Amino acid sequence: MKSFTADEIFRILETVADPEIPVLSILDLGIVRAVNLNGEIPEIVVTPTYSGCPATDAINTDIRLKMMEYGLPKIKITTRLSPAWTTDWMSQAGKKKLEDYGIAPPKPANREITCPRCKSPHVTCISHFGSTACKSLYQCLDCKEPFDYFKCH
Amino acid sequence: MNAHLDYVLHLADTTLVLAQRNSEWCGHGPILEQDIAITNISLDLLGQARNYYQHAASLINTANPNAQADEDSLAYLRDEREFKNPLLVELEKGDWAKTTLRQFLFSVFQDLQLKRLLHSTDTQIAAIAEKSLKETAYHIAWSSEWVIRLGDGTPESHSRMVTALNEVWEFTGGLFVPAPYELQLAGTIAADVSQLEKPWTETVSNVLEEATLSLPGKTFMQQSGKTGIHTEAMGYILAEMQSLKRSLPTATW
Repeated sequence: MKSFTADEIFRILETVADPEIPVLSILDLGIVRAVNLNGEIPEIVVTPTYSGCPATDAINTDIRLKMMEYGLPKIKITTRLSPAWTTDWMSQAGKKKLEDYGIAPPKPANREITCPRCKSPHVTCISHFGSTACKSLYQCLDCKEPFDYFKCH
Repeated sequence: MNAHLDYVLHLADTTLVLAQRNSEWCGHGPILEQDIAITNISLDLLGQARNYYQHAASLINTANPNAQADEDSLAYLRDEREFKNPLLVELEKGDWAKTTLRQFLFSVFQDLQLKRLLHSTDTQIAAIAEKSLKETAYHIAWSSEWVIRLGDGTPESHSRMVTALNEVWEFTGGLFVPAPYELQLAGTIAADVSQLEKPWTETVSNVLEEATLSLPGKTFMQQSGKTGIHTEAMGYILAEMQSLKRSLPTATW
């Protein structure tokens, strides 16, 4: 079996998309914490975003399928809960992709959330809970469009 | 079995049963956004429950390699007397006032408990607590807003909150009475729940005051759920949750 370097494995992981937000790769999301090549088979360490995120199982399956596609059928996926995932781990490129996709990227508490369409800072929170566990529902008061905000977590 | 396993199952059962109760609102919430909110909370609790059940299964399988326990067998194939959730979480969902009030009373408790579990000597429990705490903050914010909105709302919404408070209050005391397995592990693996009543009462009374509701006085408190003795509601919720798995054990979905 062909052997892979950690960099090569990371490049493959870059092509695994978040099933809920397909513009983001799982590396953009910051959930891949490590690739270990010390054991018999490569180990990929993943930290889930939310405890009940239904995408977690789908992501693990997608990682396995993608690795198989590249000729690496035997891998071990380890779920690491601590330290808990935070939106600080999301890449800058990922945040930009989110905004272009129409989802306001996570902002620290002291920074204002802006409408991903018209960039207006005049927005209101409609509900802290949105279409998936990681998002809240907002509305822009200028262009009136509702939009998802990726919760700062 | 041992106290450690009982304690992990207690944490698992508590979050699973409340997740199942809240999920009864799926498709029935008062408006779309709130339907989504309560089902999101359900999903968070279910995710927490899965983490605890997976941990419990690994404890069982480590002790007995032939046991083949998994999260599903623990959730679906145990009987009522084996469930260790406090009574508060199994009560029927009632109206929106009762659902949001119960969530609020539970979330404030859960937040205090999880903060102590960050220091659990079981590092897996500590890791699950760290993850869950971020979610609980949202649950408290959401549910306390509803308690205030309905309590300090119209005469109708206020009276519904008063009724809900009278209905659920006697089931809150049990949260703070440690079960034998908790007592044995308090301060090491488990949180000492007897220390949580004071800070809980403080937060709860502040929100109730803002909601123009009064904190009920000292009264008789039901305490049995964590030792496996449940209310009438428990059999029904387990029947609904477990019937498919029990009648069609090999079904997948």
